[in-house]
Amino acid sequence: MRASDAVAVAIRSPNGILPKVEQPTLRRASALAARYLVLCGIAALYLFPFVVVVSTSLKPPTEIFSLPPRLGSNHWTLDNYRAAFEAMPFWRYLFNTAFISTVTVIGQLFSSSIVAYSLAKIRWRGRDALLILIVATMMLPPQVTMIPVYIAWNRIGLTGTYLPLLVPQFFGNAFFIFMLRQFFRGIPEELLDSARLDGASELRIYWSIVLPLARPALVALAIFAFMWAWTDFLLPLIYINDPQQYTLSIGLYSFFSEHGVAWGALMAAATLMSAPLIVVFLFGQRQFLQGIAFTGIK
Amino acid sequence: MAHRSVYRGLLFASPWIVGFLVFQLVPIIASAYYSFTNFNLFQDPQFVGLHNYQRLTSDDLFWKSLFNTVYLTVFGVPISLTAALVAALALNMRVRGQWFFRTVVFLPTVVPVVAATYIWRWLLNGQYGFVNEALAAAHLGQPLWLDDPPWTKPALILMSLWVTGSAMIVFLAALQDVPGIYYEAATIDGAGMWARFRHITIPLISPVILFETIIAGIFTLQYFTQAYLLSQTRFNAASGGPENSLLVYGLYLFQQGFVNLNMGYASAMAWVLLFVALAGTLLLLRLSRNRVFYAGE
Repeated sequence: MRASDAVAVAIRSPNGILPKVEQPTLRRASALAARYLVLCGIAALYLFPFVVVVSTSLKPPTEIFSLPPRLGSNHWTLDNYRAAFEAMPFWRYLFNTAFISTVTVIGQLFSSSIVAYSLAKIRWRGRDALLILIVATMMLPPQVTMIPVYIAWNRIGLTGTYLPLLVPQFFGNAFFIFMLRQFFRGIPEELLDSARLDGASELRIYWSIVLPLARPALVALAIFAFMWAWTDFLLPLIYINDPQQYTLSIGLYSFFSEHGVAWGALMAAATLMSAPLIVVFLFGQRQFLQGIAFTGIK
Repeated sequence: MAHRSVYRGLLFASPWIVGFLVFQLVPIIASAYYSFTNFNLFQDPQFVGLHNYQRLTSDDLFWKSLFNTVYLTVFGVPISLTAALVAALALNMRVRGQWFFRTVVFLPTVVPVVAATYIWRWLLNGQYGFVNEALAAAHLGQPLWLDDPPWTKPALILMSLWVTGSAMIVFLAALQDVPGIYYEAATIDGAGMWARFRHITIPLISPVILFETIIAGIFTLQYFTQAYLLSQTRFNAASGGPENSLLVYGLYLFQQGFVNLNMGYASAMAWVLLFVALAGTLLLLRLSRNRVFYAGE
């Protein structure tokens, strides 16, 4: 069995296999029509809020507050987007958010993968106990550690910087470690053993054999980490005070505080903030969805 | 050799171990200590024994917030997981363009929670919102979702139905692991669609359902951001919504800790939450003991 086959088996592909096409007899055709009807109904429900947001963001205020509410408009306009850009330094927030997200991805890629390697590929006593401990920490409510960790950062004078958000990312994350460990286990042991016989160090095996084979899982991790950091609200809310350092989440939040029910501009800002993530998702959705199926967790 | 591999294993695992000690274990111990003190961040903590815990028992807002969170867990988790399972069953049907429908159902889950919450504030707007417009078209009542205390929590649950994508994907993966031959055999024996679902699908995916219930329960107990943003009014964050109907546990803890700077009191709340989460998980495991089917046992 080739390594790539093992990897292919290890990843369950949620949307890999094409469905069989049914024979178009009348009964089958009506069953198929019923299926499409159900699916289109569900899709319409999930898509409708997007339609409302985009429509609202493109309408002048007089039409936003029309009774009864309408989706269409006679005066499509980009004014709300202009207003959103004027009311907040969007590009600044975008840069801050992208910076935090990128550092998070880099930190998690290295730290989580090396820990997962220890759990999946090095045989040592205590490794199962460590795995249980790691999984158990997923159950710990973050509120328990949030306050003492804040007090500690406050004591060394580093609240108000990005460090409290970034430093923890270099120590691995239980979800990511678990996800990668599941994936690494699918990589055949013989491959590693023959490299060991050739005198390769564990670090070298990790770096030049396991990581390249684990690319799909690493991509999934990167997308997850990116999205988590991009959408995080609570930690930036606690640690960041200077408006120059706001992330998009905090920026949108303070925009609402100041401008309240300026729905058009708010929906425009919400669209601008979500668009990059939707693009990332559409490009990486395959790995992303597989990653969820692996761990059972977003 | 054995010793060397223990060192090596520990060395490779050291990033997490160090992180665990610094960001979890020591803080947990510190949190337990703070919960027995009065501490406002500016003066040294003062030891007060069990005072914070005693105060909790007579704090109406504490009970209110606990009630709100338990409400969301007890009603919200089953409702949203059912929705996710129904969506997964539909998305598991064999049609062309399957991936398109899966993408659409998952898409809301990638919208940042801040944006998603404001979007729903607009959709649920009592006067101009499209949710009430749809209800009116169906000749149903139109609640003032975000202003009427009994309706704010249902509003939160409704909102959560839009972002069930993760659970949906997990259920979908579990459904695909059910061997098709079981269904074929049951069909030959004359089992209808419901019977197949009830006696094949549900038992075979029950471990996944249990797992998702525990995870969703734990996340719901920690609920914060959506309630914080739904109850946010101009210039007044963390208000708790009309009659504190949106004051969930995480929100009250945040108010006490980071708005009022009652760090000791908030730490005591965090410990109570930890025990509630533990008790809930154990209860769930106990209740499910005879209802979850593990293949291969």
